[in-house]
Amino acid sequence: MGKEKLDQRFQETLNKGDKLFVPYIMAGDGGLDVLNERIQFLEAAGATALELGIPFSDPVADGPTIQAAGLRALGEKVTLRGVMKKLEETKADRSIPIILMTYMNPIFAYGIKAFARDSAKAGVDGLIIPDLPMEEESRLTGDLTQNNVALIRLAALTSPKERLEKIAQKTEGFLYAVTVKGTTGAQTTFAETVGEYIQELKKMTDTPVLAGFGVSTPDHVRQLSEYGDGVVVGSQIVNCFHDNDRETIQKLIQASKKQAAH
Amino acid sequence: MMNKQTTVPDQAGHFGQFGGRFVPETLMPAILELEAAYEEAQKDPAFQKELDGYLKDYVGRETPLTFAKGLTEVFGGPKVYLKREDLNHTGAHKINNAIGQALLTLRMGKRKVVAETGAGQHGVATATACALLDLDCIIFMGKEDVRRQKLNVFRMELLGAKIVSVDQGEGTLKDAVNEAMRYWVANVEDTHYIIGSVVGPHPFPKIVRDFQSVIGLETKKQFREVENKLPDAIVTCVGGGSNAMGMFAPFVEEESVKLYGAEAAGKGISSGQHAATLSAGKVGILHGMMSYLLQDEGGQVTEPYSISAGLDYPGIGPEHSYLMETKRVTYAGITDDEAMDGLQLLSRKEGIIPALETAHAITYAQKIAQDMTPDESLVICLSGRGDKDVETVREKLGGSSHG
Ligand SMILES: Cc1ncc(COP(=O)(O)O)c(C=O)c1O
Repeated sequence: MGKEKLDQRFQETLNKGDKLFVPYIMAGDGGLDVLNERIQFLEAAGATALELGIPFSDPVADGPTIQAAGLRALGEKVTLRGVMKKLEETKADRSIPIILMTYMNPIFAYGIKAFARDSAKAGVDGLIIPDLPMEEESRLTGDLTQNNVALIRLAALTSPKERLEKIAQKTEGFLYAVTVKGTTGAQTTFAETVGEYIQELKKMTDTPVLAGFGVSTPDHVRQLSEYGDGVVVGSQIVNCFHDNDRETIQKLIQASKKQAAH
Repeated sequence: MMNKQTTVPDQAGHFGQFGGRFVPETLMPAILELEAAYEEAQKDPAFQKELDGYLKDYVGRETPLTFAKGLTEVFGGPKVYLKREDLNHTGAHKINNAIGQALLTLRMGKRKVVAETGAGQHGVATATACALLDLDCIIFMGKEDVRRQKLNVFRMELLGAKIVSVDQGEGTLKDAVNEAMRYWVANVEDTHYIIGSVVGPHPFPKIVRDFQSVIGLETKKQFREVENKLPDAIVTCVGGGSNAMGMFAPFVEEESVKLYGAEAAGKGISSGQHAATLSAGKVGILHGMMSYLLQDEGGQVTEPYSISAGLDYPGIGPEHSYLMETKRVTYAGITDDEAMDGLQLLSRKEGIIPALETAHAITYAQKIAQDMTPDESLVICLSGRGDKDVETVREKLGGSSHG
């Protein structure tokens, strides 16, 4: 469970010659009742791990698509507590690792200790907190380590080399390479420096490096996976579920598989 | 005269458990750059001289400390003085910070500015500083605030700023801050975020406090000139808390001076429709800082309410949370209706129409004065003038206004 499960799953996938594909979905978009089925669908479609967003009233790192999905989930009265409970109840239905992506305040309101403990119980293997830079992380790293929950750190295009090195050394599970200077949301193109940046990050850590923010087409998946170990796809997956377009999701995931690579 | 220095925040921007830097990594380098640039500027006499020059010749400082004869009579207790931030260029204290940060922007080699605004006062002040110093200026303002502060929107446009109306949430200050932060994340390399109060990630709460502390420093000096002592009590209004922190900062270490902050209690705290963060909130994390916050059980930030757009914010500067927990400052909620009374009282007794924000401080001062004696003195921070609010006040007074 926890960190080891992530490490193991990533290694197995890479050993097969596939790239890592981590889809993001907003917990409770469409109601909490559809969550388990969506997780199972993504697992069957070949996703490596799942990033599960927790809705928050003020998501400053997110663009319009994820903001809207969060509002829909809040409209369904979805809470972090409710999501944890659902994950615990449905634990036996999945083997795909679960990574929660949540802003700090819902965790803080839950209680950091209780949250870390319940994460382990609910089968949450990793955590991404977009508003927690390394300067503030000591407020929860102790409890997370104790409960074996990986804290996945984010690297940014604006971070200078010394910061990137520190972030890369601290990260657990994988290193999240944010590929745009901006919020989440579908992009058409990426800056020319993105490839170099991901390759640079690869040299700084033994954990896999995944590119995320803006990844929205099978071509993006292939291109960005070339530099590192795979991708996180958010807004595009959220849109697809909202529009009930599962075929596009399957195509995106297939683009990370060996036979699909050129 | 010696000025005792406060010892907060620490190196990491913490006021006790409050404050800090809860922002996406993309912003961290800019925040660290700002911190370094500010430290250098503080040590550079040329920077201070340039700032002082603008404050004197452009803003019109120092602002008077006016003895309020009418209020003194009505309150029937202490001598009452008014620190006249309403007489600043653009009509409120917000310009003190806007000019300071605009000069920092130039110092960092940036030529673009983003800001949020609630009442529009900070937006007007920022647009003004940007016009003066030839900076590009984009301002995010909640849709509801655009509606209730039409005049300020037009002012900002006249000053050459671009205004973006924010449709998310309830369309008030919190939502404008979210959008300004998102814009900053996407444009951080050539743009500085001039935040409008002592809120946000470190070093903003400290920088804004320092730029506003000219209010308290002048007050201390002026009060000594007329009364040859320290005042016994100081009362301010608290939205994000910048006029309050600017006034309090030079007095925090002066234990004999009692400090009071008036929050917006809207339609009453029990109604749930208020912006009384310290009285009714819980500790949480929003907009880069840990502080008291209006939120639900699950940690979702709830929508505040106040008749006064400048107080309509669910958070509060982290230093205020610290000053409340250490019991150095006393905070209380003042309702819309009480504030309306304060506004009319000051208008009639002193010939000064205050901003709706400021009106909360007038009413709170009246309550505090009940327990004070004629040999004591009370200073009210008159954070701004009421021109921008006349329309709202007229709507509110409805029948009792003269046709
Ligand atoms: C006149 C006036 N006073 C007070 C405030 C509240 O802000 P702060 O608490 O930061 O002083 C505002 C905000 O717009 C204002 O315009």
